[in-house]
Amino acid sequence: MMADFLIRAVLAGLVLALVAGPLGCFIVWRRMAYFGDTLAHSALLGIALSLLLQVNVQVAVIASCCAVALVLVSLEKRRSLATDTLLGILAHSSLALGLVLLSFTDNRIDLMAFLFGDLLAVSAGELWIMGLGGLLCCAVLARFWNPLLALTLHQELAQVEGLPVARLRLILLLVMAVVVAVSMKIVGVLLITSLLIIPPAAARRFAQSPEQMALGASAIGCLAVLLGIGASWFWDTPTGPSIVLAAALLYLVGSLPGEKS
Amino acid sequence: MSTNVNTPLSSPAPATPLLHLRGVGFAPSGREILRDVSLQLHSSQILTVIGPNGAGKTTLIKIAMGLVPPHTGTVTRASGLRIGYMPQRLQVEATMPMQVARFLRLGPATTPARLRDVLREVGASHVLDSRLSTLSGGELQRVLLARALLREPQLLVLDEPTQGVDLKGQAELYRLITHIRDQHQCSVLMVSHDLHLVMSSTDDVICLNQHVCCHGHPEQVSNDPAYLELFGRSGAAAMAVYTHHHNHHHDLAGGVVKEHQHEHS
Repeated sequence: MMADFLIRAVLAGLVLALVAGPLGCFIVWRRMAYFGDTLAHSALLGIALSLLLQVNVQVAVIASCCAVALVLVSLEKRRSLATDTLLGILAHSSLALGLVLLSFTDNRIDLMAFLFGDLLAVSAGELWIMGLGGLLCCAVLARFWNPLLALTLHQELAQVEGLPVARLRLILLLVMAVVVAVSMKIVGVLLITSLLIIPPAAARRFAQSPEQMALGASAIGCLAVLLGIGASWFWDTPTGPSIVLAAALLYLVGSLPGEKS
Repeated sequence: MSTNVNTPLSSPAPATPLLHLRGVGFAPSGREILRDVSLQLHSSQILTVIGPNGAGKTTLIKIAMGLVPPHTGTVTRASGLRIGYMPQRLQVEATMPMQVARFLRLGPATTPARLRDVLREVGASHVLDSRLSTLSGGELQRVLLARALLREPQLLVLDEPTQGVDLKGQAELYRLITHIRDQHQCSVLMVSHDLHLVMSSTDDVICLNQHVCCHGHPEQVSNDPAYLELFGRSGAAAMAVYTHHHNHHHDLAGGVVKEHQHEHS
């Protein structure tokens, strides 16, 4: 029994780390960190809706994250406000709406687990959804890897060269929404963005190509997951924060020996 | 708001133009950026759009390429027109490790031999294996030009091709562009803020300040009262284009404050 939940925790963490590597690279390259936070905040809205409507939590969270991503895309098109202002409005109004909706339900959810994750409590069913979601996102990123790179380097150039720019942006946002939603259980909404950003930042120094950076980020993320769960096992520290801390330490170790660039 | 006055460009060419803009206007949320701009571009012609900052040059070429739909007027491109685009500046994210060869291969499908050929043509063979983020301004512009050429374009669109390049390098780049036009028989639509540097490498010039102030052959334009007024007499002579006298004022946001209509186009 004891081994089972640990194996599930390790598997769930590794799945997230694998997809977070390449996705996190785009977040770093495109400076979308704040967008990840916004998606994470809106996850609470999904939880509240799942309780009100009696549907699967993960499905509801994925749906609400995707909805917020779509709202952002349509608001961005009007360009009436700067994107970071829009993100702030979306993030906090969806978080507030989630909290208000939660007060209408009888269930009392564990806010701590929501904020910081509850990796050791991952069920077999949740692991399946994470695995499928993670695999799907990896496949989508691999399929559109070169077009997404071209888009990131110069949007108009990509457009002149015939790439469907609007669709690619949407794909990236939806992948991000799905990853944030399925990884909520692992590190919690407050720490999700860090797991997307720290491994690519650590891998950047050693990478010669975008692919190396993505794979390196995946590897560093996996190592951080193993170290974090190990620390949590031996020293009884909270799992999610331990993983993030391990990633941060790996980043520090990587940046220590003499600045190259 | 735009009266569809067609402003013919230089001598009328017999063939249908590759690119034809008629009375194009663009005013996002009421702020007028372009008004009644018409132009034609024929095959193997080099047309340069000059104008001060905020004149709408970049917007104009985006509309010409079909990236942005105009609010008024029409844009006609020859069917199946292959456009090679060299953007004003590539903001290379220092966080993205990207080699020149990989960057070029992100564009249209190509072969290693062709990559080397094109890089040699633009005089940047030595950077094939360099990181984008380590290139000098001139090298980066040449790499961008190579990426545009890989599409074997019928129309090259260059947005301030010499940005971030020193004066000597600028003259070299303009010579290279003329050479490329001769070699590839493609048309060139480019944006510049410097008439005197492009003078010898362009067939026609449009002087743009939200509307077409004047147009014609470079020598003609450089003596046009509208051009001299836009860039200032001394400025036009000294190539210092950023301190010029306007025939209309701009407000702080860059919009035109219209005091009077002027007729010179």
